Amino acid sequence: MNEHSNIEKLGGCSEIPVLKERGQREVFCGLTGIIWLHRKIQDAFFLVVGSRTCAHLLQSAAGVMIFAEPRFGTAILEEKDLAGMADAHEELDREVANLLERRPDIKQLFLVGSCPSEVIKLDLSNAAERLSKIYFPKVKVLNFSGSGIETTFTQGEDACLASLVPTLKETDEENLILVGSLPDIVEDQLVELIKKLGIKEIAVLPGRDRGTMPSISKKSKFILVQPFLTDTTDALEKRGASRINAPFPFGEEGTTLWLRSIKESYGISDDKFEIVTSAPRKRAKLGLEKLRTSLQGKTIFFFPDSQLEIPLARFLSRECGMKLIEVGSPYINRSLVDKDLELIEDMPVISEGQDVDLQLDRCRESNPDITVCGLGLANPLEAEGLTTKWAIELVFTPIHGYEQAQDLAELFVRPLKRKEALFI
Amino acid sequence: MKLSIWTYEGPPHVGAMRVATAMEKLHFVLHAPQGDTYADLLFTMIERGNKRPPVTYTTFQARDLGADTADLFKKACKEAVERFKPEALLVGASCTAELIQDDPGGLADALNLEIPVIPLELPSYQRKENFGTDETFYQIVKALACPQEKTEKFSVNILGPTALGFRHRDDVRELKTILDDLKIDLNIVAPLGAAPSNIKNLTKAHANIMLYPESSELACRWLKENFGMSYTEHTPIGINSTKDFIEELNQIRGVKDSFSDTSRLNFDWWSKSVDSNYFTGKRVFIFGDATHVATASRIAKEEMAFSIVGIGCYNREYARKIRSLAKDLSVDALISDDYLEVEKRIADLQPELILGSQMERHIGKRLGIPCAVISAPFHVQDHPARFSPQVGWEGANVIFDTWVHPLVMGLEEHLLGMFREDFEFNDTAGPSHLSNSKSKLNQEKDTKADNEIIWAPEATKELKKIPFFVRGKAKRNTEKFAFENGHSAITKDLLYEAKAHYAR
Repeated sequence: MNEHSNIEKLGGCSEIPVLKERGQREVFCGLTGIIWLHRKIQDAFFLVVGSRTCAHLLQSAAGVMIFAEPRFGTAILEEKDLAGMADAHEELDREVANLLERRPDIKQLFLVGSCPSEVIKLDLSNAAERLSKIYFPKVKVLNFSGSGIETTFTQGEDACLASLVPTLKETDEENLILVGSLPDIVEDQLVELIKKLGIKEIAVLPGRDRGTMPSISKKSKFILVQPFLTDTTDALEKRGASRINAPFPFGEEGTTLWLRSIKESYGISDDKFEIVTSAPRKRAKLGLEKLRTSLQGKTIFFFPDSQLEIPLARFLSRECGMKLIEVGSPYINRSLVDKDLELIEDMPVISEGQDVDLQLDRCRESNPDITVCGLGLANPLEAEGLTTKWAIELVFTPIHGYEQAQDLAELFVRPLKRKEALFI
Repeated sequence: MKLSIWTYEGPPHVGAMRVATAMEKLHFVLHAPQGDTYADLLFTMIERGNKRPPVTYTTFQARDLGADTADLFKKACKEAVERFKPEALLVGASCTAELIQDDPGGLADALNLEIPVIPLELPSYQRKENFGTDETFYQIVKALACPQEKTEKFSVNILGPTALGFRHRDDVRELKTILDDLKIDLNIVAPLGAAPSNIKNLTKAHANIMLYPESSELACRWLKENFGMSYTEHTPIGINSTKDFIEELNQIRGVKDSFSDTSRLNFDWWSKSVDSNYFTGKRVFIFGDATHVATASRIAKEEMAFSIVGIGCYNREYARKIRSLAKDLSVDALISDDYLEVEKRIADLQPELILGSQMERHIGKRLGIPCAVISAPFHVQDHPARFSPQVGWEGANVIFDTWVHPLVMGLEEHLLGMFREDFEFNDTAGPSHLSNSKSKLNQEKDTKADNEIIWAPEATKELKKIPFFVRGKAKRNTEKFAFENGHSAITKDLLYEAKAHYAR
């Protein structure tokens, strides 16, 4: 199971060795993405076809249950479904009928595959097609897999967005599509900045409801706001849209480089770019300046979690002066994060995949000032004397763009400050 | 296939984890796909566990399927034993691994490990978390317990406390104090804090305390059948149940009487004091795991003089017990793990207080009904730093405080009633010690016009003067009264006629 010390070179222009490991992975499965996706897409319901474990994961993953009836649920497979005593498709149709009757506000239904549904080869794309015939146009029925055997944590969002791409309306208009779900406030900020640059047709995938999903053409350009969108990128390119490659918009530098890539792609003048970005850049720099002293020279170790690790490591090392020890990521798609990788100096250990016990050994050995890890590891590591930052908070908190640069640094300052402040 | 929004219980392998995590020097290798490791955070976050649960997951992925998942499992076993050096190894499969039928027990056996390997059969598509705890603990006891010489003095084991159990840690501490008072020696507590080597010595005790049947009934029965060890069936939660429990222990021990120091007990006087007068007949709905529901029902009825309007449990294994209790109480039993069904029942019954789990607390928030938590599943806030057992005398004190906390206190209730129209001091403010207990849902319901029966404006105004926590009930009763007596409009007088009709 452990192919540790298996160091491979990443191909291409940069010669960065990657430590690839296969062992116990302490990560979420893709179903977890539903926790934020169901809030982001306001007329969608996510119906997981899975087991009690899936249902239990969904209510446990966020640490607390969300008050109010959520727009997600699990159709729990039972013995009779597996033994072939019941036709699973008939059962699914019945549950969907009940659900849509109870929730007439639902306009998009995602059937979400899980480990058990994939192992028993329950064909959900077939089911989605069949159900679409019944409920379309009132309800659009799609499917994607959030299973742990196929996806890790944020790959669930990738799968979801990729499933939406073939359904986007075809036009021949030019537009710019921002891809990846962001908290509404951050999305609005970024869209406004881009508008100020003079680009009029801007759309966001995912749209907040079925009516605001972007349209697409061969002239469409798109730029990612999240680094984990490999399949979505492929699907968009397949429809003829072209990607603007950029570092991810974390921090002052990241956001500026991200916007600059758009500027260059559209041939916008330097003057205009300066006018639009100078004020927020200044604010972001000022905010970071205050926090930099707390982070300067501090060491950090990333356990794999969301694929945000490489862009965040770039931000923390370049903009906050932190020293990277190990940057672990569940999966590295070099073509999406190369712009961030190129900027990282003093290359740390970059690891892909995980053997959690070996990685814990390395972490303890290097004794970092901050360890970024999942909720299952945080308290045990704190109890051993290490200071930790919950990785999941980086997915649930507004951290992109100029106005959040300070908040992002603050997330790492807080555990350090707390450790200093406590006298017990 | 059944749609589930929230679940009361996790899958059975989570139950097995609760046993493994409670124990020492035991390791659990779980054949499971990537992602199932989420279960670790239940322990590290809700219980603030300071070490990782002793579980190694094989975390197989699609590319492993059909190729070498069995090898993966064997390798995980070997490495776990080398790294963690447990005294015994539990092996099992989660829901997905159950489908690929790798036979963890057989694979682990083939490794010829030097420690006992205990295979678990956890049917994920039929059973749930509580079954997982009971079955796992039973398998451990069956595999490891062996004949031992009895201790010289009468001694007992405390069986049932697990990780992630509702107040299990504190219950054990309180029970130890009571056993000290009773001068009964404690042999072993298990699973909580026990190592496999301790399990071997369970049979040194003369009897077992079955603290929570949900997690120890199978083990207690097996120890009785095979080693003649009697076990207690009363769960000592509440004053009267604790008394009965002590009496049961006396009988097992063959003594007539025993002394337990009740000087710590305040519940009885607190309940008799005049401020508690207003509890009389308060309408409560009780839902949770069967053991906590059964004991809470007795406390509610006998020790608080509440009026029970409904009870129920989510663990079907104990449906019979709850049904028969409901019959005694002349209420309907709700045996369900469907959150929406429980919500509907509560909305229909409009109790003044819910005693339930974290799920019912959500329901209570939505419906504007106060709720106290008496059972798992629970929130991180229900795992307090302070000593707060449910069991025994101190447990009774804690229960009194917990149940009373969400309610409006005696004289305050009257004051709220008197000054209901005061813009600051009104009933929407809720109890003075709680920041916010007003539900939007109830407001909506209050103002929604009913199609069949018309409320005269003066009657609507009067209805609003009724305290919010009984308003829903009053509205429904009045409408029912009006309907049954052929009135199509509700006047102020009719409201009071209905009130007199339904007076308790």
